[in-house]
Amino acid sequence: MGYRVEVDFDLCESNAICMQIAPEVFEVRDDDFLYILAEEPGGDLRAQVEESVQRCPKQAISIAEG
Amino acid sequence: MRTAETLRKEGFDGNIHLVGDEPHLPYDRPPLSKQILSGDWDLERVALTDPAKDDELSLEWHLGDKATQLSVEEKIVSLDSGTDLSFDGLVIATGARCISLRMAGDLEGIYTLRGLDDALAIRSELEATPQKVVVVGAGFIGAEVAATARQRGLEVTMIEAAEVPFERVLGPEMGTVTADVHRDHGVEVITGVAVESFKGNRRVEKVILEDGTEIEADLVIVGIGVKPNTEWLEGSGLTLDNGVLCDDSCEAAPAIVAAGDVARWPNRLFNENMRVEHWDNAVEQGVFVARRLLAGKSNTESYSPTPWFWTDQFDRKIQLAGRTRSTDEIRIVTGSIEERRFATAYGREGKLVGILGFNRPRHVMQYKQMIADGTSWEDAIAHAEQQAS
Ligand SMILES: Cc1cc2nc3c(=O)[nH]c(=O)nc-3n(C[C@H](O)[C@H](O)[C@H](O)COP(=O)(O)OP(=O)(O)OC[C@H]3O[C@@H](n4cnc5c(N)ncnc54)[C@H](O)[C@@H]3O)c2cc1C
Ligand code: SF4
Repeated sequence: MGYRVEVDFDLCESNAICMQIAPEVFEVRDDDFLYILAEEPGGDLRAQVEESVQRCPKQAISIAEG
Repeated sequence: MRTAETLRKEGFDGNIHLVGDEPHLPYDRPPLSKQILSGDWDLERVALTDPAKDDELSLEWHLGDKATQLSVEEKIVSLDSGTDLSFDGLVIATGARCISLRMAGDLEGIYTLRGLDDALAIRSELEATPQKVVVVGAGFIGAEVAATARQRGLEVTMIEAAEVPFERVLGPEMGTVTADVHRDHGVEVITGVAVESFKGNRRVEKVILEDGTEIEADLVIVGIGVKPNTEWLEGSGLTLDNGVLCDDSCEAAPAIVAAGDVARWPNRLFNENMRVEHWDNAVEQGVFVARRLLAGKSNTESYSPTPWFWTDQFDRKIQLAGRTRSTDEIRIVTGSIEERRFATAYGREGKLVGILGFNRPRHVMQYKQMIADGTSWEDAIAHAEQQAS
């Protein structure tokens, strides 16, 4: 089953915790903004994305099933 | 809470009891000194539970009840209400509480900040626009409160007993920068002198320093650190030493684990018995101990994270990863102190041990990974030079 990664950019403070956990999905660039590299990263990365959801101090990441 | 979620996720289908002495459902503490105090956030936003998911987790709550005793042998936790809970596995996550100043006595207008109720009481005091706010202790929480009060337009004085605020963790140079950020924003920072007493009739009016200085105050917030909540474990047979002492897999006794602010364990990465008072660790360790409990004796993995935390001071997001000391060697690896946007690496005994960032999250995470990988100080500096060229 596919899923989409969503980030609430009003909450996100670019602390890059998610990038450390799932570098294939999240990247904080030199401009200090967070970029989502893969919006539908697929099953292999699911565990990493879930951990990012849990560890994001701002609770800014969510997973939309579909 | 995180432990309970993980237990369920990993397929544990037995009973889970959650005991908490506060009347509230679990909530997030970091916003208390930031968005809650400033009035930017409503209370609902700090909740850690989601009513929609609660049924799935099927937890048994014991809120407003206190664990008063543990029997390691019989595997029973006794609660204040008289209930005895027997267990197959126990997670100790009783956190820490603020140290208060004894000389504060019962004067009104003196607060510490740990829980939701504290934050609300302080917020309503701030809303009454006091003339003068005094923050005792320039730790990270004290400093956040000072910043938030200042941003509300109030006159704020911060008093720190050490010569340089944050010196113990950040070292003299970086500690000074942090204090200067406060001075830039109009906070009066007094260092190198401790508080001797408070004066006032029913309510505090003055703070008296050891050197005789008197400072007017109509609201005082004390932030001089926390101590772990371990009193209920006295006599249980567990080793208590500024926290619940665990092995490197966070086990304090067979089938008894500890996590968060209350746990002390040997972190192999830093060769140090540590107790970490950071949000990220509470989450990571909470997840780790859930797996540890389920794995039983077969799990020999050790818990060796690189601690990390953030703090918001005015418009600066300060992050610190690793284990720094005031005697470490330091090197600015990007940016400059003048622009207040930089990252500083900390080295000790030939190893990279810490990274401090002022609005530099990407660098902090990069070096955090390098710390976790055991990078030498030499290689870290070489990396910085290469990036700069
Ligand atoms: C104002 C504030 C701001 C913060 N800001 C940051 C930040 O910016 N960044 C960061 O990294 N960290 C921050 N922290 C630290 C972070 O919130 C803590 O590290 C984290 O809350 C620790 O979680 P815990 O579960 O170990 O303990 P706690 O959150 O303290 O939870 C322990 C719970 O157990 C209860 N309890 C204690 N004894 C008993 C008993 N005998 N029986 C039953 N219940 C008991 C307590 O009342 C409490 O509710 C902040 C903390 C505060 C207070
Ligand atoms: S962890 Fe959360 S706050 Fe941090 S960069 Fe990722 S989404 Fe943003």
